Amino acid sequence: MKSSVITFPGSNCDRDMDVALTKFGFKNKMVWHNDQELPKSDLIVLPGGFSYGDYLRCGSMASKSKIMHSVINFAKSGGLVMGICNGFQILVESGLVPGVLLRNKYLQFICKNVHVKVDNKENTFFKNLDKKILEFHIAHNEGNYFCTNDQLKEIEDNNQIAIYYCDQNGNTDDQINPNGSIKNIAGIFNKEKNVLGMMPHPERMIDESLSGEDGSIFFKNLINNIK
Amino acid sequence: MMEVNEQIAIDHGLKKEEYKKICDLLKRVPNLTELGIFSAMWNEHCSYKSSRIHLKKLHTKGKKVIQGPGENAGVIDIEDGDAIVFKIESHNHPSFIEPYQGAATGVGGIMRDVFTMGARPIANLNSIHFGSTQNKKTKNLLRGVVHGIGGYGNCMGVPTIAGQTSFDRSYNGNILVNAMTLGLVKKDKIFYSKAAGLNKPVIYVGSKTGRDGIHGASMASASFDEKIEEKKPTVQVGDPFTEKLLLEACLELMSGDSIIAIQDMGAAGLTSSSIEMASKGNLGIEINLNKVPCRETKMTPYEIMLSESQERMLIVLESGKEEIAKKIFDKWNLDFAVIGKTTNTKNIELFFDNKQVANIPVNTLVENSPMYDRKWKKSKLPKKNRINKTIFKSLKIKDTLKKILSSPNVCSKEWIWQQYDHTVMGDTIQKPGGDSGVVRVHKTDKAIAATVDSSATYCWAHPLTGGKQVVCETWRNLISVGAKPIAVTNCLNFGSPEKEENMGEFVECVQGISEACKYLDYPVVSGNVSFYNETKDIGIKPTPTIGGVGLIKDYKKMITMDFKEIDNIVLVIGKTEGHIDQSLLSRIILNENNGPPPEVNLFNEKNNGLTLLNLIEKNFIKSAHDVSLGGIITALSKMCIKGNKGIQIKKPKFLINEIEYFFSEDQGRYLIEINPKDLKEVSKILEKNSVHYDEIGKIIDKEMIIDQKTKLTIDELKSYNTNWFKGYMV
Repeated sequence: MKSSVITFPGSNCDRDMDVALTKFGFKNKMVWHNDQELPKSDLIVLPGGFSYGDYLRCGSMASKSKIMHSVINFAKSGGLVMGICNGFQILVESGLVPGVLLRNKYLQFICKNVHVKVDNKENTFFKNLDKKILEFHIAHNEGNYFCTNDQLKEIEDNNQIAIYYCDQNGNTDDQINPNGSIKNIAGIFNKEKNVLGMMPHPERMIDESLSGEDGSIFFKNLINNIK
Repeated sequence: MMEVNEQIAIDHGLKKEEYKKICDLLKRVPNLTELGIFSAMWNEHCSYKSSRIHLKKLHTKGKKVIQGPGENAGVIDIEDGDAIVFKIESHNHPSFIEPYQGAATGVGGIMRDVFTMGARPIANLNSIHFGSTQNKKTKNLLRGVVHGIGGYGNCMGVPTIAGQTSFDRSYNGNILVNAMTLGLVKKDKIFYSKAAGLNKPVIYVGSKTGRDGIHGASMASASFDEKIEEKKPTVQVGDPFTEKLLLEACLELMSGDSIIAIQDMGAAGLTSSSIEMASKGNLGIEINLNKVPCRETKMTPYEIMLSESQERMLIVLESGKEEIAKKIFDKWNLDFAVIGKTTNTKNIELFFDNKQVANIPVNTLVENSPMYDRKWKKSKLPKKNRINKTIFKSLKIKDTLKKILSSPNVCSKEWIWQQYDHTVMGDTIQKPGGDSGVVRVHKTDKAIAATVDSSATYCWAHPLTGGKQVVCETWRNLISVGAKPIAVTNCLNFGSPEKEENMGEFVECVQGISEACKYLDYPVVSGNVSFYNETKDIGIKPTPTIGGVGLIKDYKKMITMDFKEIDNIVLVIGKTEGHIDQSLLSRIILNENNGPPPEVNLFNEKNNGLTLLNLIEKNFIKSAHDVSLGGIITALSKMCIKGNKGIQIKKPKFLINEIEYFFSEDQGRYLIEINPKDLKEVSKILEKNSVHYDEIGKIIDKEMIIDQKTKLTIDELKSYNTNWFKGYMV
């Protein structure tokens, strides 16, 4: 399986994502933001970081970079695209997934483990996953997901919510919400479910010595689903 | 241009005699640009004029040392062709004036020092000290500093893996912000700042030069007064995004063979970087200031030379490599300009609008810079307090422990480190909150442990003992995670060197550090000195900060402090004598601030530490934690909280009473968890090495029970330990 990770100026989880994808069997290529063409890929990943220093708005400038034309076309033709953290912000800014990501409710960067509930398994990203609750890791300053009521209705009607912040038992109450996201949303799909944007970093949970191993479960499942 | 006279020199922070010396060296009166350059190079921050004579006494040599003090950062050998580059630096003065930018650029500056040497930064640490929690400025300063550290480090994508935060009234008018970075490099790809060869192009890369930070280094070489607000323009403004680009561009250029020498523009900007490279190479340097990329129009030579704009580098390239280098910096959207060349004149010559605007022999700025042997006063070891033993009897362990666990200097600092990205780069295997932070050496079995510590109260009570103690404390932090300590970096924060007491504190702390480093074979490889941490004549407690680095050969053998398994037994390694003076118990509960700090016995320190490492190597140790502030019971509480397990404690039959046993701060001690079946073998090894140990308890579920009388649940311990800080910052 072939994957590509896009490096924007200021990306800083691109190497981590490369390590994770390679570990679980992807043949991964790193792609520079200024390139026009994408290599042949089964999965495109927009990694975390601070593309363009998060200036203007997080993800805003990166969404206008050269390679994004190809990424958008790839997504529109049904290709799998995943944006993590800053990558999620880029997806939002480029209109590939609905909504916006605001500054965290308590106005602080948050780096910690969280639990997320997987709600929708009828898609390539989570199909066949044998766990409903995963322990992931977040590290962000602008992960407070927000959308209009109309958008929210549409998102819910189309089953576009990918993961919710929850406690270890799967409860999604307000107290467990780390950043103020509407409905505890941690990740969201496009209508067709071939584009996933999420704040948590599965690539930081791929080894028992790290914060946990649920990232391994996610990636192993993902590559099996693509095969 | 303004004509220079003695008064102008004094306004630049120079002393009368120093101005006279400049005129003598030049055999003429300097012009304003030249005077600016002298003032930048001769201030305390850049010239180390009060400290140099004493820093020479530090222990800096060892088998693992590749580069000691004197370069951008120190370098140590971690085998297999790998090396670790590391250093700690202060950014105290700017952080008090403008906490966000001050702290941010402190972090940016230290990372630049590390990647200038060709190393990719792999971990950040910091040691931050604030005034009393009652002081009205403290909260905002703390919030600003934490945001600044996070803002810069997070954006760079370098994990912040450990740190230290303390509160003490003596920092009310001068907070301390010490930032440390570790980088990883191949031993044969280390870059230095020594220029070589004639007519080699001198390249400027990175951000444009603006009017920020002019005289920053001079500001950091003076005490504060009521006009402090006016100093805001001397604080630099950071842009971590540009620094991230600069990091990637520099490492890309360094993978080739274009660079002869490279130096970041830190304190005193273009002035110190160019002079340092020329001085080390025993060369001259010629710069055309019209070629320097400027952010603002009409900048004068004086401003260009003294600006401390961030994210800039100066490089001496191999001739003919300009195009290759330019291509890389273009790719990363960074400024690139050939601004001059190396010469054989041994002078720094500056040109602007086709006119020579400065011409100074390099050696006058460096070798001939002032060096003072300032007067200093020796400190006496204070007399021990005679504490009435009936006071101990009146103290309840539970209440005392509650007060200590929730005191600002002991409580959990999660509120702080959750704002730092500590997991980016995917190799952090021990997060903040442990004895040391640990990161794996990417794609190897090795891991690097790092810790940062200081004990201002001990240093204030007796500088010589305090100096030794800080070194030992970092040594223990490294041993506790299973790392072999290799070397340290030091950040020496003191008041005005012009006062005999302060100078004495400095001299004796340095002596203590040196003695301990020598005895433990734990050399100092880098560091910096920050004097004049003083406001309106009130100085800080002497605060030498030590950053220790150690190696874990097999990261799977790393140790953490959380209790692992019920029924395992817990031993105290090292002898508990019951030293209460200067302990938290003494200060918080007994309100007694006098007396000597706990004695440091270097023999026991080394022996206990190395014996524990041996036990770890043999896989006997399930968890470990060193005993420090708050004594045995505080350390046990943290092990319980982290492991979510309890302990049944039985105080060994000693002459000292239980309060003394549980809360004293005797040095050289650790707590270890072992399986009961290993007790015999472990005791044998401890006894064979003459290491004193007490069996203190057994791990149980969810409760701390002390001598069958006192009971605390783990949730109680947790709430004592975490609630104070969150409540304070709301």
